[in-house]
Amino acid sequence: MKFRLKHEGPWAEIEKTLDMPTGKWRYRRPVVKFNKCSQCGWCYLYCPTGSVSVERDPFYIDLVYCKGCGICASVCPVDAIMMVEEV
Amino acid sequence: METNEKSELMVCDGNMACAQAVLLSDLDVIAIYPITPQSTLVEDICKFKAEGLLDAEILEAEGEISAMGAVMGASAAGGRTFTSTSSMGLNFMFDTYQMVGLSRLPVVMVNANRELSPPANVAASQQDIMGVIEAGWIHIHAENCQEILDSIIMAYRLAEDPDVLIPVTICYDGFYLSYLREPIAVPSRELVREFLPRRPRTVLGFNPPTLSCILATDSEAAELRYRHQAAFERAKDKIEKIDDDFRLTFGRSYGGLIEEYRLEDADIALVTMGSHTGTARVVVDKKREQGIKVGLIKIRVFRPFPQERLVEALRNKKAIGVIDRSVAFGWRGGHLYRELRTALYGLNIPIADFIGGLAGHDISIPLIEKVVDITHGVSKGMPFDEVTWLAMEEQ
Repeated sequence: MKFRLKHEGPWAEIEKTLDMPTGKWRYRRPVVKFNKCSQCGWCYLYCPTGSVSVERDPFYIDLVYCKGCGICASVCPVDAIMMVEEV
Repeated sequence: METNEKSELMVCDGNMACAQAVLLSDLDVIAIYPITPQSTLVEDICKFKAEGLLDAEILEAEGEISAMGAVMGASAAGGRTFTSTSSMGLNFMFDTYQMVGLSRLPVVMVNANRELSPPANVAASQQDIMGVIEAGWIHIHAENCQEILDSIIMAYRLAEDPDVLIPVTICYDGFYLSYLREPIAVPSRELVREFLPRRPRTVLGFNPPTLSCILATDSEAAELRYRHQAAFERAKDKIEKIDDDFRLTFGRSYGGLIEEYRLEDADIALVTMGSHTGTARVVVDKKREQGIKVGLIKIRVFRPFPQERLVEALRNKKAIGVIDRSVAFGWRGGHLYRELRTALYGLNIPIADFIGGLAGHDISIPLIEKVVDITHGVSKGMPFDEVTWLAMEEQ
């Protein structure tokens, strides 16, 4: 019997969350129109998975973890984010 | 009553005995919501806090589900926690109750066993706690007020053991114990603190950042369940060992998983759990005088179910009578009967089930005498009903 978990009970270090590429659940992806973006940062604040980063091109979306929920597109005040169906 | 210079003799009801244990166990967070027959426990704890005797933070929750939720968070953050409930309160708590169980958090709580509604009633029975036997908690049933206090102290030691890490519910029959006044020995705070050292465990923190209730893939989820089950097996040995340590420290012992009474040379055995065990002891003595070789097993620990000890103790008996205080709907008898039959599978001992004590019905001496007489008949090969409903026999 091989154990994979380090702890007794459902515990893990924070890196454990990186094991699960939740982007696989996505059926549509956010596409940012950078010419429209006002850099207000709402998508960054509202993203439930923390997939919007401001370090690289503002506002870069990490598609490994983005589940495609569309909250960023809904909150964007200048309609700079569009949800496009995955093919 | 055994006392030593390090304990104080007090007259307490079951709830007060429990409050005394809370006072002794060096707690951090208590979240409670009152419900009969556990309400005076909440009053006692709050009174201790008002008098400055209790250091713990008390959260007066707006319901049982949030009481357990608060306790869950506090325990995950590393605190030693306590809560309590009864009956419909336990039902309302179930969501967070099983989350604490499956999170392997060392929470200790008490349940004053009470009947469920309908029929509308506020009376004793073990129907409430039997609804949650498979939520991943250890269940210990006390027979008297002293055992309530002692079991709570032992429960913290057990739950926080690194080889166990399973929450514990101490169950005691509502009214019969919650409001029964008995003299009990209250040990000194110093001695209890020595018995309950703080043990390191995984808790929420920033260094390194730690998560609880993780998302797990299918094989990891299976591993969590497997290891939880394995911890239950380890808990059996730990319960025996902690009972032994408790005897060495405080001078009292409860036999670990089960307690045997005049069983060694007995032909037939009674099996009980909870407050009516005391009545059953009296009946065993009485029947022994009449020449019936009857013994008694008190099941203290219902989860993990003490199969090995029961097989060992009952293997040579000719017949067994089980007294159940709950109904396992969809199965003919009660829960204790069902579990015992499963545990003794292959031993071929006839087992008769007796359901009594529902909604505060008194499992009296004459009724237990009747149980012994029927079980005695069974051992002589007489035909018997698989299940006898004691309250309906009385009419």
